[in-house]
Amino acid sequence: MKIAVCIKRVPDSETRVKIASDGKSLDEAGVKFILNPYDEFAVEEALRLKEKAGTGEVVVMALGPAAAQETIRTALAMGADRGVLLQTQGFHPDGLETAKALAAELKDAGLDVILFGKMAIDDYNHQVGPMVAELLDLPCVTTVAHLEIAGGKGTAEREIEGGVEVVEFSLPAVLTTEKGLNEPRYPALKGIMAAKKKPLEIKPTAPGPGALEILSLTLPPERQAGKIVGEGSAAVPELVRLLREEAKVL
Amino acid sequence: MSNVLAVLEHRDGAIRKVSHEVVTGARRLADALGGGASVDALVLAAGPVRGSDQLGGFGADRVITLTNAAFGSYAPEGYTRAIADRLKTGAYGALVFAASAAGKDLAPRVAARLGRPLVQDITDVRVVSGAVIAIRPVYAGKALLEVRVVGTPAVLSLRPNVFTPVQRPKAGAQQTVALDGSGGRVVVKQIKAAPAGTLDVAEAAIIVSGGRGLKEPANFKVLEELAAAFAGRAAVGASRAVVDAGWRPHADQVGQTGKTVSPTLYVAVGISGAIQHLAGMRTSKVIVAINKDKDAPIFKVADYGIVGDLFEVVPRLTAEIKKLHG
Repeated sequence: MKIAVCIKRVPDSETRVKIASDGKSLDEAGVKFILNPYDEFAVEEALRLKEKAGTGEVVVMALGPAAAQETIRTALAMGADRGVLLQTQGFHPDGLETAKALAAELKDAGLDVILFGKMAIDDYNHQVGPMVAELLDLPCVTTVAHLEIAGGKGTAEREIEGGVEVVEFSLPAVLTTEKGLNEPRYPALKGIMAAKKKPLEIKPTAPGPGALEILSLTLPPERQAGKIVGEGSAAVPELVRLLREEAKVL
Repeated sequence: MSNVLAVLEHRDGAIRKVSHEVVTGARRLADALGGGASVDALVLAAGPVRGSDQLGGFGADRVITLTNAAFGSYAPEGYTRAIADRLKTGAYGALVFAASAAGKDLAPRVAARLGRPLVQDITDVRVVSGAVIAIRPVYAGKALLEVRVVGTPAVLSLRPNVFTPVQRPKAGAQQTVALDGSGGRVVVKQIKAAPAGTLDVAEAAIIVSGGRGLKEPANFKVLEELAAAFAGRAAVGASRAVVDAGWRPHADQVGQTGKTVSPTLYVAVGISGAIQHLAGMRTSKVIVAINKDKDAPIFKVADYGIVGDLFEVVPRLTAEIKKLHG
């Protein structure tokens, strides 16, 4: 089974966001970067699919700055076979341009499955996986929380509002992974050592400018700290009164 | 003319509530585009869908139902083709989806087919000199990104619970068109519904959320009882700590690696308020915190707080809410 996993280097979820002096981007000073948490599920699932098939290859691909090599090494340390970095400069707000660059690389690679995390926790774009599927004319299932693949087709469960949707699809396919699909493995020391020797190809890439223009990145208005209504259950009637008469939400 | 096409959703044969928000948002956008732009509401279904005739009341000038035997359930590829073909028939300046489970799956496919960018999960939209400008939360709501869409159509998805439906006394014209063609290679076999009355945290008007302060999984019963007291309007949410501990399903998780929510009322119970959690719920209209630690960060964002033992405070609150609905 030949599998590609598209991953992204993102700021850690505990990052305190500071806006850069251009007023349009994140101030990266002091920010710790990690492998996008949803992509960890994708890498893990790829490894399990290959292990179950008993043969195959897991390629991890990232589009991003030179520093994303480190992110790829993390996935290689988990067990992926080789990495490809589509190395870019600057920030690309238009997910379609990212999808086009990835699709060009994934096209004709003879892949059975292309995995993505359901979204990146930085731009929250939630779109590159299904866009790649459309560009490559492949079926796509997003936010997969349970997956079974056998005999050239798959069954997946995806969470929808108030329930779970069970879908069948044919291979090859694009899938995006949701938390709960699996428990990603931690890279063992042996894996970390081995990852240093695994092939990592760097391809300079220049995505198109796209058709989205960033006007500003701002911090949301600070919430005013409210009031402590009181202590213990005795404060409940006053809370309910405030919610009804002041906040008018009940 | 730059008309607006609103793509709607249905479940169990009826239009979903989130689609009322989509029509409302589309109407707002059409009015902002000016020039008498009209709103076409698009329903993809196997047959007639209940509630289609109500959509005029939310601002649809025309309701177009495209029928196909495969459209009874969500069919990403069939829907994509039908929407892209429909766009060729009118001068559409914008295309609007819900940022729902189906909308977030479908909108990217449609956008890619059209070769257009997608602005996903927006919380506000306006038009300046004919160009659509949208605002969307990024970094789980720790920052807001404002983008201008260059060219047309603008493809947008609207965050649930943000575009409050506005009713107006008007009926939309109805039109039904039968389509040929397959639904595609992804086929919904079954929907396993959550227990009756369970709301999704992303769409609930009220969320009662619990954290480690609940002490053990069984204690979430007190939150379920509080949620039930809101008579079908509330969902139970959870912090990352309790989801990672396996106490609650991840579908309930609020925060940067869970869902970003904007309910009218968010009640945080036994949640200290880690950055990643605050990021996911800070756009709630009103936040109430119940915590025994008066220095917990959650009180810094809460509109109202009660310092105390949640096992005393929450049952009392449940009783008071029941009285209101009594």
